[in-house]
Amino acid sequence: MAVESGKVTSFIVEASEYPDLVRQYRVSGVPKTMVNETVEILGARPEEDFVRTAVGGVVP
Amino acid sequence: MPILSPSDADRVRAMLADLPNPVRLVFFTQTLNCETCEPTKQILGELAELSSQITVQEHNLLLEGDLAASFGIDRVPSIAVVGAQDYGIRFLGIPSGYEFMSLLDAIQVASAGDSGLTEASRAMLAGLESPLSLQVFVTPT
Repeated sequence: MAVESGKVTSFIVEASEYPDLVRQYRVSGVPKTMVNETVEILGARPEEDFVRTAVGGVVP
Repeated sequence: MPILSPSDADRVRAMLADLPNPVRLVFFTQTLNCETCEPTKQILGELAELSSQITVQEHNLLLEGDLAASFGIDRVPSIAVVGAQDYGIRFLGIPSGYEFMSLLDAIQVASAGDSGLTEASRAMLAGLESPLSLQVFVTPT
């Protein structure tokens, strides 16, 4: 996604190394994605669902 | 003692054999209070030996804070995966286990400058007008 748009930055975070981030974003399972630090996407999703959710900020 | 076994190294070398463009791994580290910085440095060093297209640039987070900030990085160990341009791909934490595979994938994507996403996904992303930050939390196994 980051390659497709100059607007997108993508951080892959090794959760066990950053307990403060895990607490801050209430990560209780992986993968968990935070969009703009607010919208949560839990688990692995089909690609287009994931992109739609991330871009729209709306859980389908 | 290498982290990658000879057979793993062979597999990785084969995966990276067709990289079309150079990739820079901009690595931010520090010498104190970072258990995973040294093993991360070792993994990246071993990776760079497996492809002439991959280079590692090491920086000290504390001494080069402005540079780190320009990459949106404020923690160690962190890696910016930079291809023909900086697409905004970052790794926080040691890239071992499953994250190592993700790093290889990111290197391939950054080198090609092609996401491999579907047309529908690309169309949605092309319409983005404001910044979109993704933080994907993963674990090594």
